[in-house]
Amino acid sequence: MVQPLNRLKESASQTAGPYVHIGLTPNFCGIEGVYADDLGAAMVNDKTRGERITVRARVIDGTGTPLKDALIEIWQADAAGLYNSPSELRGAADPNFAGWGRLASDMETGLFEFSTIKPGRVPFKDGRLMAPHITFWIVARGINLGLHTRMYFSDEQDANAEDPLLQRVEHKNRVPTLIAPRDGDVYTFDIHLQGEKETIFLDI
Amino acid sequence: MSNERPETGAFFQRDRQWQPPAYTPGYKTSVVRSPQKALISLDNTLSEITGPVFGHSMLGALDADLIHNFAKAGESAIGPRIIVHGRVLDERGKGVAGALVEVWQANAGGRYRHKKESYLAPLDPNFGGCGRVITDADGSYCFRTIQPGPYPWPNGVNDWRPAHIHFSVFGHGFAQRLITQMYFEGDPLIWRCPIVATIPDRAAVEGLVAALDMQATIPMDARAYKFDIVLRGRRSTLFENRLEGN
Ligand SMILES: [Fe+2]
Repeated sequence: MVQPLNRLKESASQTAGPYVHIGLTPNFCGIEGVYADDLGAAMVNDKTRGERITVRARVIDGTGTPLKDALIEIWQADAAGLYNSPSELRGAADPNFAGWGRLASDMETGLFEFSTIKPGRVPFKDGRLMAPHITFWIVARGINLGLHTRMYFSDEQDANAEDPLLQRVEHKNRVPTLIAPRDGDVYTFDIHLQGEKETIFLDI
Repeated sequence: MSNERPETGAFFQRDRQWQPPAYTPGYKTSVVRSPQKALISLDNTLSEITGPVFGHSMLGALDADLIHNFAKAGESAIGPRIIVHGRVLDERGKGVAGALVEVWQANAGGRYRHKKESYLAPLDPNFGGCGRVITDADGSYCFRTIQPGPYPWPNGVNDWRPAHIHFSVFGHGFAQRLITQMYFEGDPLIWRCPIVATIPDRAAVEGLVAALDMQATIPMDARAYKFDIVLRGRRSTLFENRLEGN
């Protein structure tokens, strides 16, 4: 016998189901008057520093159909590359930018539109800079455990080329699944759950 | 909290034998929504170690009272009154302070207040179905609601969900993000449910079944169920190489 480690196991995940809106975006689904606003719906205000951008995302299933009942949360650094978090020890992030957003997909089109700012670069563990990126967490009916991925920016080619995570990808032909093309101030990020264009998901 | 070392460690690797796999054909919707390629494994970076903070000040007075937070003045939701309480812990067994816990559920008849919902059981005009709470310094939380009913759902021709409350939990790091469901002790539908059955390990399912807690019950008012939630634990950074300035 040895001494027990006494660790607990993480609670098992269960799907968010089709009615995730009731809990996480109640105003969006017509349950008004319980919470003043849906959390994470507005990410920037007049004083937020940084370049305003729109991230237009869709989550697409294995038949090519956009999910109309998905929910996405995003998490990102501010324009200077600082996270607004107690675990951020490099400096104080922009007080006018929480860096966290949450939206449900449009119930007709499956579109998500996050109005945010372009994040700065954040160091990897070894001090090399990662390319600017936004972390995505995707839940929906039929997804048993929330999916983690990242969106990178098409106009950051040099930074993307030296990004430690992108460099880590063995099949380079899959790297473009993480890079959102830019058109004006809109970045389009299609997340494919399956198939030829399956997005790289992270065990992170 | 101010005397504690800042939490800068990476989270323990997720046990993917314990968590449900993505592809679970018994739960049909997962078939075309499950990634098929291997996930890319990577130790946490700052992007996963960090996470937003939710302050108690954002909460409304009735946020944790689903019996009243949608009800007309002087009225209340119909159904068996219950208290749900417990702690949010990490895998080290430490309470997670300041965790945002958001819940949603069907009404006592098993009907959700949602435009995509078509079950013939009636809506309760006094029940919205959402609530939220932020954990105390020791990770404890508590809310009041009515016990939801089981409901049928289109999967097999006669599949029923056991009574359950959906939980979304936000710990301190974005990599801890978790959505799960709480079930009720003694419900025979638990072991017949294709969504429950996506979890491969029986002990992991039992970890989602809340116990009737008579000690926390309020006599002549509400029964109580105790439900603890465990989030990923964090590695100690004591002997890890850290960036300059950390
Ligand atoms: Fe449900």
